[in-house]
Amino acid sequence: MRHDFDVVIAGGGLNGPTLALALAGAGLSVAVVDPRRVDDRAGDTFDGRAYALALASVRLLSALSLWPGLAGESQPIRQVKASQGHPGEGAAPFFLHFDSAEIEEGPVGHMLEDRFLYRALIGAMEGRVTHLPGLAVTAQDPGPHGITVTLSDGRQIAARLLVGADGRGSGVAARAGIRRQGWDYGQTALVAVVDHDLPHHGIAHQYFMTTGPLAILPLPGNRSSVVWSETRTNAAAIAALKDDAFLSVLRPRFGDFLGPIALAGPRFAYPLSLSLAECYIAPRVALIGDAAHGVHPIAGQGLNLGLRDVAALAEVVVKAARRGEDIGSPLVLERYQGWRRPDATAMALGMDTVNRLFATGNPVISALRGAGMGLVSALPGLRRGFMRQAAGLSIHPMPQLLEGRPL
Amino acid sequence: MTSMSQTSASVDQAEIAKFEAMAAEWWDPNGKFRPLHLMNPLRLDYIAAQITAEFGRDGKARMPLAGLRLLDIGCGGGLVAEPMARLGADVTGADAAAGNIAVARLHAEAQGIAIDYRATTAEALADMGERFDVVLALEIIEHVSNPAGFVATCQSLLKPGGLLILSTLNRTARSFAAAIIGAEWVMRWLPRGTHDWRRFITPDELAGLVKGAGLQVADRRGMVFNPLTFGWRLSDRDLSVNYLLTARR
Repeated sequence: MRHDFDVVIAGGGLNGPTLALALAGAGLSVAVVDPRRVDDRAGDTFDGRAYALALASVRLLSALSLWPGLAGESQPIRQVKASQGHPGEGAAPFFLHFDSAEIEEGPVGHMLEDRFLYRALIGAMEGRVTHLPGLAVTAQDPGPHGITVTLSDGRQIAARLLVGADGRGSGVAARAGIRRQGWDYGQTALVAVVDHDLPHHGIAHQYFMTTGPLAILPLPGNRSSVVWSETRTNAAAIAALKDDAFLSVLRPRFGDFLGPIALAGPRFAYPLSLSLAECYIAPRVALIGDAAHGVHPIAGQGLNLGLRDVAALAEVVVKAARRGEDIGSPLVLERYQGWRRPDATAMALGMDTVNRLFATGNPVISALRGAGMGLVSALPGLRRGFMRQAAGLSIHPMPQLLEGRPL
Repeated sequence: MTSMSQTSASVDQAEIAKFEAMAAEWWDPNGKFRPLHLMNPLRLDYIAAQITAEFGRDGKARMPLAGLRLLDIGCGGGLVAEPMARLGADVTGADAAAGNIAVARLHAEAQGIAIDYRATTAEALADMGERFDVVLALEIIEHVSNPAGFVATCQSLLKPGGLLILSTLNRTARSFAAAIIGAEWVMRWLPRGTHDWRRFITPDELAGLVKGAGLQVADRRGMVFNPLTFGWRLSDRDLSVNYLLTARR
């Protein structure tokens, strides 16, 4: 079987291009099939989307030589404060406080806007990765020696491995017969960016409220990203409000510690659900990111989890290629699944549990979780453990890209 | 000596027949050869590292073994020959069992890999005057009837400066427990009778054979199996069951 590429990646979001760059950097030939046209997203205007990149994710971007061009656009997260919030009641008696001064690795993470990250990835792919924008994968035919992928323009390309980086509705997974498990949270995340008068000092806030968590994440300058989860009914009503009315609902929840606030870009609403693929691999197929595990965006772990997949799959595939193995063979793919699935499942279910714990109005649970947060906050070892987990420093063994070491 | 007498010197006909019966299963990672498939990445890492270091190649290059002529003796279904060819080596795979060669040839063609597979013996190749930069004899010396003669044949197949890499099983109580009781009787990974423990060779004995054939020992390393993770790792100290030995001509 003749192969046009070593690896074909379906999906041109963030995980797909990042994986493509990691593989191409090690000498593999890679194509990215991207249903979007580049112009649809690489524009200069801020569309409001931003990510909380864990330290490990930043290290991965460093290993791919992308971070130097992005660091200046990012906002280091120096502290994370989490507390139980009740609208209009002010600060809760118990809260968690994570200070990056406590772990030697530096900031817990960095906030980075989607437009900068996406533009850097698209730019870096030029000349190194075959980017096929405006095309989708419509069929896939795996065989013992490779996989034939049919594109929406009728073209067929042959590869050793097809990677599904095509989101929680992954067509690659569906065509491979991989079933999914999950549930709807009955919540919707409202996402917006606000300008504020006072500096945020790099502090991220997370309020756990009975209707869902509210995160205030620092962006460069006097600007913050707000990720506000509400019950679906509440969210639909709030999303329908005009900007002024939206702000008047947000203000009491947001608080006044950053001074007066104003909207700085468009608002978005994302229905929240958990969607886990039962397998991350199938013959000649591997899934990464939301295609493998679409999680609750609590703690902003979606992209970070995806980048862990990128690091693990890139390392498995590159090492296999360097010892001359067939990179799409079952034994190679099993190594990837064995490395990632336990961690990703634990993270997904952990976030699910945290969300459920805080979504109850039961006063006993409420008191217990308050005491629990106070306990974690009071015990430095436990607190550092949580910080390392959130910073993505707790996977074992650690993929070398997440340690900032190129493959 | 004639090639006939050399054939009978190192290849036991009954041993060949055993493997021929298993040939079709070579490439099934969940079949009888699963233990070999699990061990293979470590063997490949070791072999690639030894060759690239010896010949001054960049192990991160796409085809670090380009231009090197490599012989895999007892190549079986091609589990090592194919990766070596992917790394750029000009590979000859030899196996005395014609069934293995048929399986290996079919698989390599389907993968689009060019390998010179021959149903022949090391002795016959040596008689033809074939010379190689690298000779691999993996999990094979414990099956030959005259190990000293076999190592001497390997030596004659090497170009000056060439590398011989052997892997085999040590003759210890632990190797009896692992390879015979564990792999054949309990786990049934290998059919009973695959190995004869009395034919196993200690690292010192093998080093002696290698030196006796006029080669220098360059490296020896243990391969250690972890029954909890089903993973293998290299060890500088523990050569008590599986081990590798590299020699330079």
